Amino acid sequence: MSRASKLAGPVRLGLAPGNVTRWIILGVVAIVFAIPLLSLLEFSLRDGFTGDYTVIHWTGLFDPENARPYRQLFQAIGNSFVLAAVAVGIVLVVLLPTMLLVHMSFPKLRRVLEFICIIPITVPAIVLVVGLAPVYSVVVRIFGSGTWTLAFAYGILVLPYAYRAIQSNLDGVPVVTLSEAARSLGASWPVVVWRVLLPNLRRGVLAAAFITVAVVLGEFTLASLLNRRNLQTAILQVSQSDPWVAAILALLALAFAFVLLLVIGRLGTVGNRSTS
Amino acid sequence: MTVADTAALVADAAGETPRRHPVAGPAPLRRRGGLAKYLGLTPFALYVLLFLAIPTVLAVGTGFFSEDGSFTFANILGIFEPAVLATFGSSFWVSAVTAVAGALVGALVCYAMLGTKASGALRTIVDSATSVLAQFGGVMLAFAFIAAIGGQGLITLWLIDTVGVNIHENGVWLYQVPGLLPVYFYFQVPLMIITFLPALEGLKSQWAEANATLGGTRWTYWTRIAGPVLAPSFIGSLLLLFANAFSSYATAAALISQGSQIVPLQIRSALISETVLGRENMAGALALGMIVVMVVVMWGYSVLAARTSRWQR
Repeated sequence: MSRASKLAGPVRLGLAPGNVTRWIILGVVAIVFAIPLLSLLEFSLRDGFTGDYTVIHWTGLFDPENARPYRQLFQAIGNSFVLAAVAVGIVLVVLLPTMLLVHMSFPKLRRVLEFICIIPITVPAIVLVVGLAPVYSVVVRIFGSGTWTLAFAYGILVLPYAYRAIQSNLDGVPVVTLSEAARSLGASWPVVVWRVLLPNLRRGVLAAAFITVAVVLGEFTLASLLNRRNLQTAILQVSQSDPWVAAILALLALAFAFVLLLVIGRLGTVGNRSTS
Repeated sequence: MTVADTAALVADAAGETPRRHPVAGPAPLRRRGGLAKYLGLTPFALYVLLFLAIPTVLAVGTGFFSEDGSFTFANILGIFEPAVLATFGSSFWVSAVTAVAGALVGALVCYAMLGTKASGALRTIVDSATSVLAQFGGVMLAFAFIAAIGGQGLITLWLIDTVGVNIHENGVWLYQVPGLLPVYFYFQVPLMIITFLPALEGLKSQWAEANATLGGTRWTYWTRIAGPVLAPSFIGSLLLLFANAFSSYATAAALISQGSQIVPLQIRSALISETVLGRENMAGALALGMIVVMVVVMWGYSVLAARTSRWQR
């Protein structure tokens, strides 16, 4: 709520844009940014190069009769969802407990943890992949060549996003006070974490999970250069033989990520309202 | 490791609180508790070591070795070959142009968002849309631009029909380096909105009030107060955008299937090339070159971000 009052000032003093200026700027930008996506939609409805429109490419994708030609494609989509699930698992089982532990017992390490978690921004996927290639030759020997092993690397890629989502929630919850209160009422530590801390951190944990799913579904660099098949590499491959299906899948994937993030946004505002 | 295991570790970690062990001597317990606490950090430490630290060291290190494993500067010197330098040059100018254009348009959108409700529907939609377009587009955005301004694109055909202008008169440039500009611009603007909006919202209304009370105008407010306060944040965001474009691979890979005109594509060809021996080590050298640029840019970003946070306390 403090943000709203902060903004009231500039508006009153005429330093924020007027309504007309605002909607002109937002309108023009929105139209320019909608054009490529609408073009993609228009393309997915084109009937070959004849200039007519058809929904055949949309219905064809979901037609069981086409299950065979699209089998590899659906397999790749399945791979992506498995990767997303394993990556979320890594965030929940490796990152989250560490963040709790550091928050409660090692306040001095907080800076270090934050630093580690934002390294993947400075060391982007295209650089990481050079060093991951030899690492994965070892991983394949231990875990086999299943696509899901790629999730180990994806867990690293999502660190900055997942860390930020959980940390912003952690900062707003008096973790130490809550756990001490629960402990003094006789709760064991598993109960404290499971029934006191996690319910309070639900918003941050959910946001971290969703953003992880969104990142993994959009990931291309590692999968393509480590020769694994996921949604994005499959879309690029299918675009050479059936560009309409590629367009449809691209639209669906973007829409899905948009909805996921919209849910995170709603979670955030609902949470803010209840805490203030 | 499950949540229960963690909880047990956390429980051990709390062994030093006297409430739990009122009788036992505190010193040995604290030591044991301390050890268990550190054990709780090992899964994450191990994971980061295996999949972040080692790959980074390998990526940077392989550049210093030849394919038979002996130490050499040949790959590093390879960066300074004119052909490779040219790709760094292309990467630089593509990143710089899209960063500046994206930052200006993004800042304009942030300005338009000023004064909207933080929990309103407009803000929620803009937040989600910017995140999707800035961070998860890659290949899909390349398709969208092929559908819009490719050889048979909607806009291309429309422009030919209505104004008679063929934007691809001298050949289709979308699959060349210039083709990266519109697509990169398309994900730079949303990233600018994500990073710059918080700074713009950090402007305190008291400053505007003080400006008004002292007889300042809208102009003096933006040039003498808001401008200087926002400058580090704006330049910091600009650097982040530059880094973002510089390290982006998916869009370029989807658009440019032949050749290696920018550094990430050069890494691609070094990695997948089977015809030229020892190219994998060249990939290491290129990765090193890229990391040097990224570290310098991100260092600048963090310095400027620290300056910005001074105002936001």
